Order: sequence, then structure tokens, then C-alpha cells
Amino acid sequence: MIKLIGILVVAAGFALRFNTLLVVLAAGIATGLVAGMSFNDIMALFGKYFVENRYMTLVVVLMVPVIGLLERYGLQERAETLIRRAKAATAGRVVLLYTAVRQISVSLGINLGGHAAAVRPLIAPMAEGAARARYGELSDQTVQDIRAHAAAAENVGNFFGEDIFIAVGAILLMKGFFDALKIEVSLWAMARWGIPTALIAFGVMAWRTRELDRQIAREAGKKPESKGGGT
Amino acid sequence: MTPYLTVEFFYLLVGVVLALIAGRIALDEAHPKRWGSALFWGLLSVVFVFGKLLPPVVTGYLLLAMVLLAAAGQVVRSNEATSGKPERVLRAETLKNKVFWPVLLIPASAIVGSLFLGGIHFGARELVDPKQATLISIGIGALLALAVGMQVTRARMDVPVAEGSRLLQAVGWAVILPQLLAALGGIFAQAGVGPVVAGLVAQALPTQFPFVAVAAYCLGMALFTVIMGNAFAAFPVITLGIGLPLIVQLHHGNPAIMASIGMLSGYCGTLLTPMAANFNLVPALLLELPDKHAVIKAQIPIALVILAANVLLMYFCVYRF
Repeated sequence: MIKLIGILVVAAGFALRFNTLLVVLAAGIATGLVAGMSFNDIMALFGKYFVENRYMTLVVVLMVPVIGLLERYGLQERAETLIRRAKAATAGRVVLLYTAVRQISVSLGINLGGHAAAVRPLIAPMAEGAARARYGELSDQTVQDIRAHAAAAENVGNFFGEDIFIAVGAILLMKGFFDALKIEVSLWAMARWGIPTALIAFGVMAWRTRELDRQIAREAGKKPESKGGGT
Repeated sequence: MTPYLTVEFFYLLVGVVLALIAGRIALDEAHPKRWGSALFWGLLSVVFVFGKLLPPVVTGYLLLAMVLLAAAGQVVRSNEATSGKPERVLRAETLKNKVFWPVLLIPASAIVGSLFLGGIHFGARELVDPKQATLISIGIGALLALAVGMQVTRARMDVPVAEGSRLLQAVGWAVILPQLLAALGGIFAQAGVGPVVAGLVAQALPTQFPFVAVAAYCLGMALFTVIMGNAFAAFPVITLGIGLPLIVQLHHGNPAIMASIGMLSGYCGTLLTPMAANFNLVPALLLELPDKHAVIKAQIPIALVILAANVLLMYFCVYRF
């Protein structure tokens, strides 16, 4: 039971709004100490795993120079201009279409998209642009809701598409786990059984993006400059 | 034999970008926390450039220094101005769709890279390690995009550094949170936190009922993923502690269906947790949302509905196929 102290530290630290990095480090140190490690051992473990997981930061840092450059030259503004020409576009539909593209491509083993490479420069501005084309200026809250849903679409599309592709990390990890226990499980069976949840996830996104559009329409309906309409 | 191109090359590039950012901050007299911030990005640069060459304990203490700098409020963004909206609209009108070319190179490179990069070899030596092909093709995509972007915009060399620095400082110290949380997950695993959680769940519930076994497994995967921030870390623990003994051995369920839907239940946990900072918190900062939990809040209804559907789906399928 005492080994769960790290979880307690994280929960208490997040609740009391201490600096997140400090909370995480403290949780690791507490857990390591109760498990009988020395302080140097714990620092070494932090160092080892930190270096092994450098890939998590790689994409963001490599993307920001080119995305920042293009944003300065009007990338987001151009994405908005283009989406205004598509009369059927709504914020929700842009987000849902991105979910579909992400799910299908990732289920074929192709990892396009990402928060830094696609959501910030293209998808969020297009979704905002579609909403502005209908309702004029948007409230800060609406803009934030649209962006949060665009980020959610990236995650949902990515997570619930990838397990259909057999060469992906998750499927290989499960195969390795069962192989070690000498339990016969086929890669194809595991990949096939990822499909129902993938379809459910898309259905849920269809519901959430419709809700988003309705909410934007409601919000805009309160304002005089509204052109009405909606989905 | 090591491949010609490894992901280490891109880590080195990241280190160079971080060093340039640290240098810019050090030269910026108007920066509110000039030296603390420069030191933070500089230390991070050292970790990326030297990586596995540094003894892990040294990296650990560098990390400790970075965390203390952040906790002491020394890591903040600069006041550097960027161009305003009118200027951007004007430039968008001159460049028109050319501004998209570089961005579209990134997915194009991902597609070509995932399909072909893994198979190329010269004699016995591979061009890249197939396991790293995805990361490397994204890295190549970013470089190509930058090269074409410089051509298209005819910007000065310091513009991408200045703008990249601005965007990365907007994310701030949170940029190392995903790696730090992954390290915490590793320490939890080393200390044996998982079996304790699995044991508690298995003891607390009447798992002699097939439905309860399924619900305990799916919810256990989601819950432990919330704690660890990573479904891959939850999978072996919860499957060994709950899934195999109860669903497969006691109730004779199908292990492939159990594993597949179980992992996807873990992903529902990923959608809910600040511990998965790279998916949930960093994007909120990257999108400049004032509430850094805004992405998680948008994902709560999505995750709960998918999780409930997974429990039912597994219950109806795992004992029948």
C-alpha cells in the first residue's frame, strides 16, 4: 500500500496547484525512497527514462520554427480565407472531417497530422474560419471551445485508428506480452477487434461536433450581428 | 550495423534549436527572467545534444536543476513582439496558397517515409532503422518544410528562430512535462506500483460474475492509464492482474478480443489525464488556451461514452467468439 504514496503526492500536488514539474519529481522521489532506492538511484532513473523518451519532445521542437515562420506570413489567415469559400463548412464538420482523415490514415500505418504540424496551423484556424464565415466575430469562449475540440479530434483520431494497423506499437506490445506467456494470439485477430471501437469513436465525435455547432449557433443567436442559420 | 541515419541526428538538431533559443534569451536584455530562462533552455539543449553519452545520474541532476528553475518562477516567456494581424492578412494575400506548400510537405513526407523509408538498404547497411522510420520521416518533413518555407517567404534567416523561440516559450517549462511524466511512470513500474493497484481492484469487486470481470478489466485499464499517463504501461499490469486470471482463465474469454478492447479502454484513460501531457496539456498551451485543462474537458464526454461502449462490446463478444 505504501508504494501508492506517489499517486497521493500527484493528486495532492495537482489539487493544491503546486508547480506540476515539482509535483512529478517529488512523486518519483517519494515512490523511489519507499521502494528502498537511494537518492542517486532515483536521479539516475529519472535521467535514464528522460533520455529514452526524448522522442516525445522531438516533433514539437522541430515543427515550431517552420510553423512560426509560416504563421508570420499569414498561414492561419489564408486557411481561414479558403474555408470561407466552402459554403457547407462548419466548425464541427471541419473537426469531424479531420477525425476521419486521421483515423483512416493512421489505420493504414501513416502518421500524418499532429498538434504542432496540423492542428495549430491548419485545422483550428479552418474550424474558426468556418464559424466566423457564418456568425461574424466569435466570443473568446467559443474560440477556445473550437480549438479544444480540434485538439480532441487529433487525439481521438490517432488513438482509435492506430490499433487497426498490425505493425503499430500497441499491437506488437500485446503480441509480445502473450508470446512471453506462451498464449497463442494472432495479430490479425487483435487488429480486427479494434474496428468496432474505432467506429464507435467516430460516432461519438460526430455527436460532439454537432453539439459544438449547435452551441456556436446558440451563442451567436444572442448577438445582433448574427446571420442566423447554423447546421 | 548501425543505419546511416538514426533519430539521434534529429535529437542533435533539437539540441541546436534549443541552444539558439537559450542564446536569444541570454542576449535579450528586456527578458523578464533573462538568466534563469536562458539556463533552463540551455540545460535542456545539453540533454538533447549529449543524450545517451551523459551518465543517467548526471542527466537526473540536470533535470532537477531545470525543475527547480521552473518551480522558482525563473522560466517565463519573453516580451518579444511579433507581426500583427493586419500585416499577416496582407502577406497572406501576396503569397496566396503558396504558404501551404511547406505545411503540406510534412504529411507528404510522412506518407512517403512510412511506405518506403524502412526498406532501403545499401549492401548490408540500412538507410534507417525501420522502427524509427516514422519519427525520421517526420523529422525530414520538418526540414524540407523549413527549406521550402524559406524559399517561398524569402524571410531572413533569423525569422524561423525568432518565431520558433516565441512559440516554444509560449509552451514554456511544460515542454519537458511529457518526458518527466514518462520517467515517473518508469519509476512507478520499477517500484512495483502496478500489482498493488491490480490487487486492490480484483479484491474489491465480485469478479466471479463474467460482467464484473469485464468491467473491472476495462475500468482498471482506464484508471491505471489515468495514473500512469500511458496505456502501454497499464496493459501488462492490469492484464496480468485482472484480465488473464479472471476473463481468460476463470471465465474462458477470448484473449485477442480482451486485449484489443482493453487497450482501447486504456486510451479512454489517456484522454482524461493530465499525466498524458503530450496529448492533453502541451496542445492546450500550443493553441494558446488560457485553461490548460480545456482539451481534457472537451474529451471527458467522448472518453466516458467510448469507455462505456467498450465494456458492453467486450461483454457481448469476449465470451462468444
